[in-house]
Amino acid sequence: MSNNRNPKPTPDLAPDLSALQIRLIEEFQRDFPTTPRPFATIAEKIGSDEESVITAISDMKTKGYVDRVGATYATGRAGASTLAAMEIPQDQLEKIANLVSHFTEINHNYEREDKLNLWFVVTAADQASLNTTIHSIEAKTGFAVHRMPMIEHYRLDLGFALQWN
Amino acid sequence: MELSELQHRLIEKLRDGLPIGKRPYALIALELGVPEETVIETFDHLIKDKVINRFGMIVRHRSLGYRANAMCVFDIADDLAPDIGKIMANLPYVTLCYRRERVKDVWPYNLYCMIHGRDRLTVRAQIRHMIARLDLGDIPSKILFSKQCFTQRAGKYGAPSASSSLDSAALTGGSNTDACAISPKPSVIGRIS
Repeated sequence: MSNNRNPKPTPDLAPDLSALQIRLIEEFQRDFPTTPRPFATIAEKIGSDEESVITAISDMKTKGYVDRVGATYATGRAGASTLAAMEIPQDQLEKIANLVSHFTEINHNYEREDKLNLWFVVTAADQASLNTTIHSIEAKTGFAVHRMPMIEHYRLDLGFALQWN
Repeated sequence: MELSELQHRLIEKLRDGLPIGKRPYALIALELGVPEETVIETFDHLIKDKVINRFGMIVRHRSLGYRANAMCVFDIADDLAPDIGKIMANLPYVTLCYRRERVKDVWPYNLYCMIHGRDRLTVRAQIRHMIARLDLGDIPSKILFSKQCFTQRAGKYGAPSASSSLDSAALTGGSNTDACAISPKPSVIGRIS
């Protein structure tokens, strides 16, 4: 593909993506159009057609490269959220992690290498719902949930580049 | 910021992603029983008011080759954290950077940054560069690489509810299929060495 701003990514990154798909990922992790026919708007911008864009995105969802077309939210502007961590004995980690994951208020649930080994983000419509959820997790699992709410951000999620820095 | 009921409902709808078809906003409008223009205007407002920070394709970064994910935490004097945070945030390999509250007697760290990279060797080199560049050698810090990803999905900012909600899989004892990367296997997804 010929796009000087976006050099061809190294082949080990998603080798089965088409040139159109690479371009879609490079350019539409942000500023997705809010026109009645957004995929036609995208097609117009990059010289493709609506049907191809729809097919290309559907295919990336099927293959697991794209989770969804959606939004990330600024902390503090949409409801309430916090980073949280738990200290779980290794032999119970998977069981507890799955219990935690099943709360729909949880996202980004990871095992990390530390004494505090289970890390996740809790989001809710308001602070009261957030507290309720955290207490429910503690009751359900029998382990304490430590909270690390954000004070301020210096860099927010901007999406991922397909080429390495 | 207080969100309207319609905004809450739209955010909840968007958790599953925009339908991938010709008129996605019309489809959402139909489901919510409001005009298409109202859905579009509401999204435009959420974006303009910066409630939505980013609207677009949400990729599964692990499947795109970002397999090493380090959370670096520092215990920095509160009055120095903003200046250092701003410089840290501008390093090309830093993907996220925040100041967070400490947890008394448990977690003294207040400055966080995330580095998503191809492999641990590269990410460790980037962390060394960051520590040298920002003169953080004497600051208490930790690097927490992620090992397993159990869930990556959208945040739930929908309508407030009295009780916390478990999804149906929990009630039926099903496994967690909410993948973070390409994997046909449920439960543990994307184990990293």
